[in-house]
Amino acid sequence: MSKLLRRREVVKALLAERGDLLVVGGLGAPAWDITHAGDHDLNFPLWGAMGGAAMLGLGLALAQPKKRVLVLTGDGEMLMGLGALATIAVQRPRNLAIVVLDNERYGETGMQETHTAHGVDLAGMARAAGFAQTLRVNTQAGVSRLRRLIYSGGGALFAQVKVDAEKLPLVLPPRDGSLLKNRFRAALLGADAAHQ
Amino acid sequence: MEKTAESAWPDELHALLSAAGVRQVAMVPDAGHARLIRLCEKDKSMRVVRLTTEEEGVALLAGAWLGGEKGVLLMQSSGVGNCINMLGLPLACQFPLLMLVTMRGDHGEFNPAQVPMGNATRAVLEALGVMVKRADSAADLMEMASGALRLAFNTFRPVALLIGQRLLGAKDFRKLARSAPL
Repeated sequence: MSKLLRRREVVKALLAERGDLLVVGGLGAPAWDITHAGDHDLNFPLWGAMGGAAMLGLGLALAQPKKRVLVLTGDGEMLMGLGALATIAVQRPRNLAIVVLDNERYGETGMQETHTAHGVDLAGMARAAGFAQTLRVNTQAGVSRLRRLIYSGGGALFAQVKVDAEKLPLVLPPRDGSLLKNRFRAALLGADAAHQ
Repeated sequence: MEKTAESAWPDELHALLSAAGVRQVAMVPDAGHARLIRLCEKDKSMRVVRLTTEEEGVALLAGAWLGGEKGVLLMQSSGVGNCINMLGLPLACQFPLLMLVTMRGDHGEFNPAQVPMGNATRAVLEALGVMVKRADSAADLMEMASGALRLAFNTFRPVALLIGQRLLGAKDFRKLARSAPL
C-alpha cells in the first residue's frame, strides 16, 4: 500500500497551468483546497448547497460546451447528492469532470466517518450510472493520468481520489456569493454579462 | 391529450419561455406539466434535464446562469419540499431562478398524502424569502408567468409561480381505478 495522497498537492497538480478551466469547489475542504492553489476568477467555491456541486457543474458544462468544467468536491458532499450521478450520466456532457477528494470523513464537523470509510464505492456508482470514464486514484501516477483526462475531454469523467484525512489550515475564498458569481461571469462572459 | 381552449396555456407558456431565451429546462415530471415538457423536448433550442430530485435543478440552474444561460425549473408542489436547503444557493448568491410549480394537495385533492406539503408550499417558500406568485385560472396564468419570469431574471432572485389545482383539475383516482385493467 502506497502512502496516501495529500489533497492540496493533488489539487495544486490538477489546477497548475489551468488555462480557461472552469472550477467548482464543493463546500468545506475542497473550497479551501482550490483557494489554496490560488484564488481565481474562474473558481466558484461553494459555502453551502451541500449535495449540489456536481449539478452546478452540469449546468455550467451544458451552458459552456466549448470549455472544460471541473468539479472538485468531497465524499460527504457527493454522498448527499448521489442522484446527480444518474442525472449527469444521462446528459452525457463531454466537458465535465467530477473529482471527489475522498478522505472518508466529514472534515468540517469533527472528522466523522462517511460511507466511503465502510466500502461504498463512488467510482463504481458513477460507472453503473453510465459515466463514460471512471477511475480510482491513489498514486502520483494516477494523479498525472487524471490531469490528462480532465484537460483532454472524451466524455463525462468521474474520479474518486483517495486522500489522507489530514487536518489543514483553512484557506478561505471570498464569501460574498454575489461577488463570486459576478467575477466568474465577468471573467467568462465579459463585462456585458452584468447587463444580461 | 387534444389541445382545447382550456389546455392552450402550456403552449403559451412554452412560447413565453422560448421568447425569453430559456435554454435549460430542469424538471421532475408532473401530470400538470406534461404538455409543456413535451413542447420543450421538441424544441431544439431547449435542453430538458430530467432530475432525480428537484433540488438538483436548483443547483443546475445556478450553474447555467454562471455559464450565461437561462433556465426554468418545473415541478410539482411536493418537490418544493425537496428544494429547501438548496434554495439557499440562489438566495445567498442572487441567482435568478424561475420555478413553475403545479399544485397538489390543493383545490379538490383526492389523495391525503399530498395535502401536508401542498398546503405548506407557499409558507415554506416565503419563510425562506422566495417570492411566490399564484395563478388559479387560465386567464391569469400567462400574465402571472410573464411577471414572475421578469421578476426572477431582472432582479436576480428565486421566484415561484404556483399553478393552482383549480386550473389544472384534480386527478380523479376513482376514475383511474375503475379504468385500470383487471
